[in-house]
Amino acid sequence: MRVNGIASPLPEDPRTLLSDHLRHQLRLTGTHVGCEHGVCGCCTVLLDGKPVRSCLLLAVQAADHDVTTIEGLAPDTAALHPIQQAFHEAHALQCGFCTPGFVLAVKGLLDEHPDPTDEQIQEGISGNLCRCTGYANIRKAVRLAAAAR
Amino acid sequence: MADLKVVGQPLPKADAAAKVIGAAVYADDIVLPRMLHSKLLRSPHPHARILSVDASAARRIPGVKGVLTGQDLPIRFGILPVSQDERALESEKVRYVGDPVAAVAAVDEETAAAAAEAIRVEYEVLEPVLSIEDALRQPGDERIHASRSLPANLHRLQSYEFGDLAAGWARAAHVREDLFFFQGNTHLPMEQHSAVGQWVDGRLTVWSSTQVVHYVHRALSKVLELPMNKIRVIGAAHGGGFGGKTDPFAHEIVVAKLAMVTGRPVKCTLTREEVFYAHRGRHPVLMWVKTGVDEEGRITAMHFRSALDGGAYGSYGAASVFYTGTLQTVTYDIPAYKFEGCRVFTNKPPCGPKRGHGTPQPRFALELHLEKLAEEIGMDAVELKRRNFMQPFTRAVNWLRVTSCGLEECAEKVLAASGYRTRERRPGRGQGFAISAYMSGAGTAIYWNGMPHSEVQLKLDRTGVTAYCGAMDIGQGSDAVIAQIVAEELGIQAADVRLVTADTDSTPIDLGSYSSRVTFMAGNAALEAARKMRALLDAAVDARAGVPFLEACELAETKWGALSTAGSYTPPRIGGPFKGSGVGPSPAYSYSAAVVDVDADARTGIVRVNKVWIAHDIGRAINPLLVIGQIEGSVYMALGEALMEEQTFRRQLGLHKWPSMLEYKSPTFVDTPEIESFLVETVDPEGPYGAKEAGQGPLLPVIPALNLAVHDALGVWIDETPVTPEKVLKALKDGRVGPKMFPAVPWPEPIIVEPPARDDMRVGAELEAAFPSA
Repeated sequence: MRVNGIASPLPEDPRTLLSDHLRHQLRLTGTHVGCEHGVCGCCTVLLDGKPVRSCLLLAVQAADHDVTTIEGLAPDTAALHPIQQAFHEAHALQCGFCTPGFVLAVKGLLDEHPDPTDEQIQEGISGNLCRCTGYANIRKAVRLAAAAR
Repeated sequence: MADLKVVGQPLPKADAAAKVIGAAVYADDIVLPRMLHSKLLRSPHPHARILSVDASAARRIPGVKGVLTGQDLPIRFGILPVSQDERALESEKVRYVGDPVAAVAAVDEETAAAAAEAIRVEYEVLEPVLSIEDALRQPGDERIHASRSLPANLHRLQSYEFGDLAAGWARAAHVREDLFFFQGNTHLPMEQHSAVGQWVDGRLTVWSSTQVVHYVHRALSKVLELPMNKIRVIGAAHGGGFGGKTDPFAHEIVVAKLAMVTGRPVKCTLTREEVFYAHRGRHPVLMWVKTGVDEEGRITAMHFRSALDGGAYGSYGAASVFYTGTLQTVTYDIPAYKFEGCRVFTNKPPCGPKRGHGTPQPRFALELHLEKLAEEIGMDAVELKRRNFMQPFTRAVNWLRVTSCGLEECAEKVLAASGYRTRERRPGRGQGFAISAYMSGAGTAIYWNGMPHSEVQLKLDRTGVTAYCGAMDIGQGSDAVIAQIVAEELGIQAADVRLVTADTDSTPIDLGSYSSRVTFMAGNAALEAARKMRALLDAAVDARAGVPFLEACELAETKWGALSTAGSYTPPRIGGPFKGSGVGPSPAYSYSAAVVDVDADARTGIVRVNKVWIAHDIGRAINPLLVIGQIEGSVYMALGEALMEEQTFRRQLGLHKWPSMLEYKSPTFVDTPEIESFLVETVDPEGPYGAKEAGQGPLLPVIPALNLAVHDALGVWIDETPVTPEKVLKALKDGRVGPKMFPAVPWPEPIIVEPPARDDMRVGAELEAAFPSA
């Protein structure tokens, strides 16, 4: 598989979850695991550009695919990705544990719908849970990021 | 304070940039060389004696480096001095499904889990106690905590009378009684609890996702019998607390002990299921309230009873009981007040402090109760409530001192914005209105000590300024508040203030990020330290204006060497001259009012929240962006408790019904309505720049306002939480859903307390001098 654009060997143990592989073997700890069974969305990464739950995938299922984690979203270290910038500015995070998953879910949403309707925003991010913000500023961040494109 | 430059600015959080790129290091992200992984073995029984523990098979598994059983950690601990009733690993008996009995450290998590399962524990199963009613009866087998002096499974029992109750009842033109039940629920932080222990050269370091490094420090010192100067506790980046990471926990002690035993670093991250067992969440509370009002609707007397289902251990419970009774008097002006409260032990995960700690339950009860009372006497409920609003600069009948109070303004804001008074009245659509008050930090420490509640140190040299503060930023943005206060005083930008926080080696004492205390207490400490530093800087530049900050720093260091200043905050003595007066006093109370608008479907029972209007008396918003973030988060969490969240257990088995995020329902983006927030700034005389709390108060009015909106929409009463569709349908059939009786409790004779004069604003030494010799 390629992780954030770099070719990366598959784990030896075929039972390894993609989330565990990213966190433990590759030390990409920006991918968080909240519920451990595909409900909370904290572990969302992009598989060939589409948001997926890395805790519901085996690492071997990502063979020959492109995986993008939160660490690989911004094109370089000089600036935040516009979605990251929008979350920062809009105060769309508090504890920040759900944030990487949300940012990548929003990436998938905006790639599909560059100027999303309220319904499309709802559809795009209602699979991710946040306990801190009450979601209001996350909605603002999506709008801000869409406008910045 | 008209020309504030940094305070009052809506600046993004100090740590937000690291969090949006995945660079923040949470406890489970920490990896140290040769680190081992730990798993706890937990009890499968709600109540059982431990007959034997055989760990020999676990020790033989390759990769296992250390095994602990209860014999290795015999010393009891607990967050409150009166409740030292927990062990990191139990050796005698287990008290809930999930009570830890053994622990393993191994080279990887999978080996540790397999080894934990290989430990054989022989139990003698005892009859579990699973409800308040059962806990008040003599137990079938044995009591959960045999050494308690109170009968049955009673943990705490309180009774107080403030003011002339008999005269109050005599004056009442109308008296009403009601029963309510508030269901238990849990914090559900997105991050599971996690800790890493390291033992090097006779010194222990523990990184943890805790809200209070100081309390973990104390518990480790006690249980491990190590002096505090041999232990360092560091708060890792925090993935959410809401009160749930405020106790010291078994896994924190276990990683420390295993690190000492194995000589290698040890990590333990709880699974999501285990987080439900660690709990310390909202107490289920049964309540009875009786209130008298005169012909004008003014309260003449109130009698409030609460029974808290505490779960298996004390935790903060001794304080929680008081909190169900104490803040009624700072929202409404109650001239005579009787409070009786009890907490029982049950064989369930221990309850503790969740956002609002012990006050959302009575808030819920009181707001519904007064609405019913108003309906009964044919008075507008908002008008009845307003006639009884607490007034600024008033001392309540139970001695709590209210300073700034923006209740009137808060109510007016939400009533006007929501159009509550002119709302359309039709079946299925409704609005509800409620108010609340909350503390800006507890006025008394949870264990007796004479230290300040918070201290902040500043270090300044040619590289600029660093603030050292013991408070843990749990996401609310307390780091940003400290930085903005220091920046304001030094005339620099908040981003130029470096922060070192929540590290017991390098930061001075702070009693932690709970009780809504950080802005008020650490904020006042930071203000004092910064003002001292400003004076030194002014002297260094001979009071010349316009010297750039770093230049001034270099001049100062050249003159005197590196500088340090310290500030501290100790709340004044506020509580009255009676035993138990330590719970409830706060240097300032925040106030909130909310209107909730719902559609309630009589056919399906589904309640849909259309909008919430909320106004909050913040005193002053040091950072309005963060304050509104706290308000919106509180509203969201309140709606979860009001509509769907409940932590409940299977009868007999004592098994948690839904220890997973799939089954424990919490509101998603779809369930969360538009929230319109209003800040009311009353500028408190003692808060830093006039600031008060924001993290907990705004949760409180939303839950009763939701129930009242459902009542407004359908005419039914749902006198318990959460308002599920099943309950709505049942209420439509029966008119009401809620508890039918309050069990018999052996209440003690009340402590009779002479109330203060309403305008008695004395605090501290002046107040103490006025107390009778008792």
